[in-house]
Amino acid sequence: MRYTGKAHRVGDHIDTDAIIPARYLVSTDPRELGQYCMAGISPDWIKGVEQGDILVAGANFGCGSSREHAPLALLGAGIPLVIARSFARIFYRNGFNMGLVLLEVGDQADALREGDQLQADAEEGIIRNLTTQQEIQVRPLPDFMRKILESGGLVPYVRKRLESAA
Amino acid sequence: MGHSLASKLLQAHTSETVDEPGQIVQCGVDLVLANDITAPLAIDSMERMGAERVFHPERVVLVCDHFTPNKDIDSAEQVKRVRDFAARAGIRHYYEGGVCGVEHALLPELGLVGPGDLVVGADSHTCTYGGLGAFATGLGSTDIAAAMVLGETWFKVPPSILVRLEGKPWRHVGGKDVVLHLLGRIGVDGALYKALEFFGPGIASMDAEARMTVANMAIEAGGKVGLFPADEVTSVYLRDAGRRNDIPLAADEDAEYESSLDIDLDQLEPQVACPHLPDNVRPVYEVEDIALDQVVIGSCTNGRISDLRQAAEILEGRTVAPGLRLIVLPATPRIYRMALEEGLLEIFSRAGAVIGPPTCGPCLGGHMGILAGGERCLATTNRNFKGRMGSLESEVFLGGPAVAAASAVAGRIRHPERI
Ligand code: SF4
Repeated sequence: MRYTGKAHRVGDHIDTDAIIPARYLVSTDPRELGQYCMAGISPDWIKGVEQGDILVAGANFGCGSSREHAPLALLGAGIPLVIARSFARIFYRNGFNMGLVLLEVGDQADALREGDQLQADAEEGIIRNLTTQQEIQVRPLPDFMRKILESGGLVPYVRKRLESAA
Repeated sequence: MGHSLASKLLQAHTSETVDEPGQIVQCGVDLVLANDITAPLAIDSMERMGAERVFHPERVVLVCDHFTPNKDIDSAEQVKRVRDFAARAGIRHYYEGGVCGVEHALLPELGLVGPGDLVVGADSHTCTYGGLGAFATGLGSTDIAAAMVLGETWFKVPPSILVRLEGKPWRHVGGKDVVLHLLGRIGVDGALYKALEFFGPGIASMDAEARMTVANMAIEAGGKVGLFPADEVTSVYLRDAGRRNDIPLAADEDAEYESSLDIDLDQLEPQVACPHLPDNVRPVYEVEDIALDQVVIGSCTNGRISDLRQAAEILEGRTVAPGLRLIVLPATPRIYRMALEEGLLEIFSRAGAVIGPPTCGPCLGGHMGILAGGERCLATTNRNFKGRMGSLESEVFLGGPAVAAASAVAGRIRHPERI
């Protein structure tokens, strides 16, 4: 579970309406939702994002409603990983369940700047900032969380477990 | 380092070693709950998972309480879907119609939840069971689907806030006043992600129902759980609910807490939360004389028998103010029957109340007491968000059953001692 990409920064308390405004909830297709990712901040935000880029957020990222569309929109926008000071509780669950990798790093998030080239190993629990040569240690992902992510989310994970049990 | 109640309960349900907050652990669950609004979504997710069976048909509970008796075609169709699913999956704990009550009042009285249990529900007020010493919390529909199928889910170990209760509350002060006061102090995100753990000599004076009222609103502070230790008071309640062999439960003496705060019950006045957030809390004397159009006594927060008794004590021999509508909704059929046998329903009826069936009804703006624009209601429910009980132009105040009954008599918000 290694990721390399350019950092995009957003601030504290980014809510699910900012990530994907309610008017776009008429779809559950990640690609479609992805076009409107962060439209609640600016409709143009998505234009600067390339496949594989990494989102870096402040505190309480994903607060607000329990909509599972929010992590889907990020995935649809090509963002596989969010690093934040902290995540809102339901978003945190939904993120992993939808197959989005989330790393909570506390104050260390402040050292990551817009445009920094980042390399993250979720298994080892290491984030390298290739631009500044700094390194951040995080708690490595537990085994079964990795399995959920490797399956592509909770639905395919359960599906796979059931199939192998049958 | 010792375990807080939260980490102790998680430890009892996982093979991993729980050693610090923030850690993610995989836990087996004892009970999974969904209702008429959330079960259909969970059933959708289960279908996408290719699952036909639930992990244990006795450990899944489906309560169609929100719009019961079904208020329109859509709600009837939803319930039909849940009913068919329950039959297919062999789920015995399926409740609708005359055996149905508000889920978080129903499960405890059926003896389905108790100390040491780990319960997940597709409803944010699942945390109510923390009043009995259960680690119980709300999850989204996909999470609940997975828990229904696998019998397990993952948790991030929460840090705990210790709330120490001292003293003994005065007459007319109850669990609702304790939790509203707490919300006023820590705010709607004061326990975000965290466990609220109640402790101290003041707990002994609170019965199991009052504790559940407090735990119920842990989510209003953003909390993951609100936990009480299990003691003799808990055992008495559980025996009555037909449960056996429950054991006392407490945090370790050397447990570590992220922070702590004290509440002196002796000093506590009846409290009211003003529009439009549950943490906009004032002592009732500061907001007296705000005129009301409606009072609702019911819900998973304050629709239990002890709540109805408190309200009846004030309403006995009195009538509600002209022009005010009082709606009383006993939270379960059993509570309804107890209220009937104890003569409480007669007191309510003579006072001029509408007595409705056990249902969530107006609590979430569903039916049976919706507010028009400009109307003001005081309710014993748990949320006063804009538009929660009807029109976006309406206002909801939250209070305990004694304040609600006194206010219904006065026609305006009123201290129970001053009618
Ligand atoms: S009574 Fe209100 S808060 Fe409780 S479960 Fe029903 S709708 Fe939710």
